[in-house]
Amino acid sequence: MSTFNHRVCPATGLRIHKSAENLIKANAFVSIVFLAVGGLFGLLVALTRWPGVHILPADWFYLALTAHGLDVLLVWIIFFEIAVMYFASAVLLNSRLATPRWAWVGFVLMLVGAAITNVTVLQGNSSVMFTSYVPMQAEPNFYLGLILFAVGALIGCFVFFGTLVVARDEKTYQGSIPLVTFGAMVAAIIAVFTIASGAIVLVPTYLWSLGYIGHIDSLMYRTIWWAMGHSSQQINVAAHVSIWYLVAAVVLGAKPLSEKVSRGAFLLYIFFLQLASAHHLLVDPGLSSEWKIFNTSYAMYLAVLGSMIHGMTVPGSIEAAQRARGYTKGLFGWLRNAPWGNPAFSAMFISLVTFGFLGGISGVVMGVEQINLIIHNTIYVPGHFHATVVLGTTLAFMAATYLLVPLVFQRELIMRKMAMWQPYVFGLGVTGISVFMMGAGTLGVPRRHWDISGADSIIKFDFPGAAYLMMGLNGMFAVLATLGGIMFIVVVVGSLLFGKKTGDEPLKGLTMETATEYGSMKHPKIPGTLVLVGVFFVSFILYYFVNWKYLAEVWPLR
Amino acid sequence: MAITPPPERIWWNLPVARSELIWIIVAFLWGLVMFSGMVYWHLEGEQNLSNEAYRITPEAFLEKATAMVEQHQVREDSGMPVVHPPPGSDVYLVARLWQWWPIIEFEKGQSYRLHLSSMDWLHGFSLQPVNINLEVHPGYDMVVTITPTDSGEFGVVCNEFCGIGHHQMIGKILVTE
Repeated sequence: MSTFNHRVCPATGLRIHKSAENLIKANAFVSIVFLAVGGLFGLLVALTRWPGVHILPADWFYLALTAHGLDVLLVWIIFFEIAVMYFASAVLLNSRLATPRWAWVGFVLMLVGAAITNVTVLQGNSSVMFTSYVPMQAEPNFYLGLILFAVGALIGCFVFFGTLVVARDEKTYQGSIPLVTFGAMVAAIIAVFTIASGAIVLVPTYLWSLGYIGHIDSLMYRTIWWAMGHSSQQINVAAHVSIWYLVAAVVLGAKPLSEKVSRGAFLLYIFFLQLASAHHLLVDPGLSSEWKIFNTSYAMYLAVLGSMIHGMTVPGSIEAAQRARGYTKGLFGWLRNAPWGNPAFSAMFISLVTFGFLGGISGVVMGVEQINLIIHNTIYVPGHFHATVVLGTTLAFMAATYLLVPLVFQRELIMRKMAMWQPYVFGLGVTGISVFMMGAGTLGVPRRHWDISGADSIIKFDFPGAAYLMMGLNGMFAVLATLGGIMFIVVVVGSLLFGKKTGDEPLKGLTMETATEYGSMKHPKIPGTLVLVGVFFVSFILYYFVNWKYLAEVWPLR
Repeated sequence: MAITPPPERIWWNLPVARSELIWIIVAFLWGLVMFSGMVYWHLEGEQNLSNEAYRITPEAFLEKATAMVEQHQVREDSGMPVVHPPPGSDVYLVARLWQWWPIIEFEKGQSYRLHLSSMDWLHGFSLQPVNINLEVHPGYDMVVTITPTDSGEFGVVCNEFCGIGHHQMIGKILVTE
């Protein structure tokens, strides 16, 4: 037994050390605050792009859009990922956290950095968007805040690696690390690469904004910035796929079908995801087609292969667990009898399905070197990444939060009815956002644009009526998504404040019984999953070729 | 379970289910098909970027564009020169805060070497409703050989954020029969 201060979780039997617990709580709580702030900015953006509402003036619109991107894409997600890393290392490995003091230093740096950048953006002279492409310049503090935030996150990664070493040395677990910890480790490795790229691009940009460096090449900036920008989305993928496995395990006692396959798929992420910088440069000057084709395909789609594997093994493990529990009727009896009223499960499953169908397929198609010509910088692009980052990552993190509240914060959820509906309201809202932005994008509507009617410009261009309709629908679904977001905040913050303290009683709705022998030991039948995967595959092929057809109708280019 | 250590320390030796193996093979082959798709289109497709680009200063690019305007201007529209360059020639479109200069008139079915460059920040060339989208950098002269196949009036919308006047930055390309 360790001499460190800890308690034993009544639901899981896991040892939870006080130091790790406090850090998980702090990081998760701050992340949710930034989700609320960033989400509010997102609502203002969507309401401005709803042509009939057009709520903000131009300068405030570009300011709100900059803040929205920073707060949700960066601050909310990274803070929550730090919480996930500490949970996946210290809690799942029964270990103390390595150097909690350094973890707090990292936490404070991230918080201070996020605050500095937010304040700088709100001051109004740094509406340069999340991407801050040079030669457009923000105030120096904009970059300084980002650098501090990144340094803090890097410390968090090393605390995670340190905890893996501590747990191994102190023999707090037997054999290899669990799959969820393995996935978190993959996320942390990608994070180190991401932050290194960020340092290479942001430190000189900071010096440039201070006047110490005369010129930064715009193409070089975009190339390295996206080595950070896209790779950071791969951290999210690795983290939220880990959470899919986590929720399936905690809620249904599901085991991976094969540890080898699931871990191998994670390894593909490490090897190939970092090539993703190319996706953003497909229509930039000065790069060869060979470079673009190899990199944009993540080396012949090997990283995409990783995601396609998880897309089968996660529902497959759920099906196997449900069948082992006796839900064997027909192809989909296991799915019908899944715990749809448990928000952790429903949020996770909606995340899984929409990430694959909406985010995954659209992402691969728009990343085809030539098809990108008809998609680059249209609002199709935010349509795609709201499916990956909001439906995929954010909804999975919400699912994880529904587990953290009872397990780590030790509070029962209040307003269970509202909690039950929350993933559906949020999921439907964001699905609408994604679909209608992608639709408007195929009609050429630009992203990051205050007024597509061109009312203030000398030369006019009229977008088709359908484009206006879809931007309006995007606004309406954004309101629905905001409602889902508010429900989440109310339930979670309300539970933390007023939820009944959980004692040593086993928790309701959290089953931890493992469904007998299967998984890596035997080969369970998963016919329902195979049908779902088949539907996915056919949709993928159809959508892929339809887009080649669209491209073929465009003016010839050489 | 996914939250407990695997049954064997060397997880690489654990067995793989047949259904998983089949899906891995199918997905891998699909990846190869998609990879070949890009290579095939590069060789046979009509819509490819030339990857022809040169470093150039904004001043030098503007000089070339101004020379083209002086030589081929046919009229004025909205206070902006309209040029009708000969088919096959080098045509320069200047991106700057916040306009596309000048207005260009093409002939349908003819090819032109269209040069794009920015005078200041990044801009996005978005030809609508054709929906061709290109990134325009300062300091780089990007050349695409373009062949209009429809006649009429087309908008050039800026779709890379370029500051407070970004949404006013709309240009025009005309295509005559």
